[in-house]
Amino acid sequence: MLPIPETVIRGSARHYPTATVVERSRGWSSLGLRDVWDHRELLLFLVWREIQGAYRQTALGMSWLFLRPVVNMLLLSLVFGRLVQVPSDNIPYPLFSLAALLPWGFFSNAVLRSSRSLVDNMHVISKVYFPRLVIPLAGSASGLVDLAAAACVLVVALFFYRMPLRAEIVWLPLFTLVALGFSLAVGLWLATLSVRYRDVSFAVQFLLQAMMYISPVIYSVSLVPSSLRFIYELNPMTGVIQGYRWALFGLEPAPGLSFLFSSGLMLIGLISGAYVFRRTERTVVDIL
Amino acid sequence: MSGPSIRAEHLSKQYRITRVARSRNDGGSGASGLWQRARRAAEALKVQKPSELVWALHDVSFDVQQGEVIGIIGRNGAGKSTLLKVLARITEPTSGRAILNGRVGSLLEVGTGFHPELTGRENLYLSGAILGMRRAEVNRKFDEIVAFAEVERFLDTPVKRYSSGMYVRLAFAVAAHLEPEILLVDEVLAVGDAVFQKKCLGKMGDVATEGRTVLFVSHNLVAIQNLCQRALWVDAGRVGEVGSAGEVVAHYLASTRQAQTESTWEDPASAPGNERVRVRRIRVRPESGAPNDAISMDHSAVVEVEYWNLLPDSQLHVCWHFLTDHQVVAFTSASNELDPPGNQPWLAAGLYRSTCRIPGNLLNEGSYRLNLLLLRDGRKITYRLNDALSFDVVESGARAGSWFGREPGVLRPALEWTTEALQELAAP
Repeated sequence: MLPIPETVIRGSARHYPTATVVERSRGWSSLGLRDVWDHRELLLFLVWREIQGAYRQTALGMSWLFLRPVVNMLLLSLVFGRLVQVPSDNIPYPLFSLAALLPWGFFSNAVLRSSRSLVDNMHVISKVYFPRLVIPLAGSASGLVDLAAAACVLVVALFFYRMPLRAEIVWLPLFTLVALGFSLAVGLWLATLSVRYRDVSFAVQFLLQAMMYISPVIYSVSLVPSSLRFIYELNPMTGVIQGYRWALFGLEPAPGLSFLFSSGLMLIGLISGAYVFRRTERTVVDIL
Repeated sequence: MSGPSIRAEHLSKQYRITRVARSRNDGGSGASGLWQRARRAAEALKVQKPSELVWALHDVSFDVQQGEVIGIIGRNGAGKSTLLKVLARITEPTSGRAILNGRVGSLLEVGTGFHPELTGRENLYLSGAILGMRRAEVNRKFDEIVAFAEVERFLDTPVKRYSSGMYVRLAFAVAAHLEPEILLVDEVLAVGDAVFQKKCLGKMGDVATEGRTVLFVSHNLVAIQNLCQRALWVDAGRVGEVGSAGEVVAHYLASTRQAQTESTWEDPASAPGNERVRVRRIRVRPESGAPNDAISMDHSAVVEVEYWNLLPDSQLHVCWHFLTDHQVVAFTSASNELDPPGNQPWLAAGLYRSTCRIPGNLLNEGSYRLNLLLLRDGRKITYRLNDALSFDVVESGARAGSWFGREPGVLRPALEWTTEALQELAAP
């Protein structure tokens, strides 16, 4: 059971505007990030509710957080490591797949939650005001809890295989950040679409499945023909997963220019997604 | 702080009512159907479908001073809730603007953001965060909130196991301890038992005396009159009237009265009735007033019927059935009830009027309908007119403790009470 989040805001009282002006916003308004920052405590609570609420009255409770990566790893190792004999660049296949399951599990949970966050929280949105961006943000950020649990599993696995920790793991937060940004970019676009088209909730399942096959989760990047490499590496998750394997096991190639390029694409998607979301949020209550 | 606490300037909100596109349902099956649907969806994005535009709010302007409690009244769908949602920033106005000076708290629903699987304690913090309270603030008021909600023993029980009463109490308690300078409240008091409603209204009164501004949407006109100095009547999206609560409520009531308190037929040939009797006029009114005046609970009213007796030497009597608006017969009364049997008067042909007096302090507040029965020879029904009249009995506000809503029951007699001391206990 997670404790109720501790106070994150210390010091002076929260910033409240002395006067609120309610009027129609025109064109492409600002993102209102200041307002989002003021509501960071709410963000924390929403993440906490997402996790806490999901596992209440389950027999295994929070153990699910750990069980999922373990079971996924075992399944992949059995099918692709043993039966299909996918080459894993001389790394034990369980470790090889776990290193990809960490960012991938995080990413897919984050996309799943943020894309349906608007529709799921409709009853709250229609009754009380807060910056709507907080909602998909909380959806994506709640994936970090899954990531933390999977990281514990990884540490145990590294210890089991007597893998030394490399200094390069200091880069992991950077790769994680890119994955977070990408999940938010996808999540914002899908959440915006889901307001009008409920098809999104079905489509997102297929989308994630397809993305898993075009990301090096179950196989190595080295299997991809070099002629396709450029297109293949446009997917930011390719760079993220490759980055994880490089930081953890020293698997070449280290993420380079193509990773920067795909991160740039991700940023464009993220910023445009945020603006599109902001534009929809004004009338979301009237449509849903 | 000087100047108005809330100033609304020409607020308007337009809704586009699109009929649910049939294309979503009637698309064919298989690949071609999918393709057609996709194309239609793409077209829907490009072309604005002809759709109906509805003004939910139209040019609404008003000021609310700091520390004022203003009630918002109006029919269902008049735009009260839309106004509140616009002020609470839940939806944007189409044009016009509003300026709110100070921290705004809105209470549009009880239990916003509650998660059924979480415990009372956890939901208390969650709900606080959603309503805009900091955790430190919730910590500080925690005991007070719990005491107000009376749920101490169930704090660590998931709220899905709460009774609806407990759920509502906890939810309101959190919201009531929010300390905004401007509080927007929508009809939340429609839930909960009478005792708790009274407590909530009391809490809102406290909020007002602390110098905060309250905007209160309610159908409970008695509560509006008791809590609010001023009222705003929203009528079909426009400001119907702003002014002192008593006056606005009275005008609103007069406009909504759909009661049929009078009917007249001047021509005996076409008047309702038969070859024995024709009805000329029926009406219900306060004993000292006209049919359009409100009938209050503590004053007497009269029901009159004028009829032509067409046959000489007949025994005719009038009977009224009093029904509640749920079609339950409250009671009946006939003009010959008290006459000794066998000694009923014989009437010559002509025009007659029978008047029945209903004493004050008999009927509870509510709507009533009247069925008219004309009897001959004692008990035989010769003519019957259902739903002949209808009228409302309104709360007079004269009785103590009556300000938090209608008491249940059809009757509301003023009964005598005495309380006497039987024994004194020694002071502890």
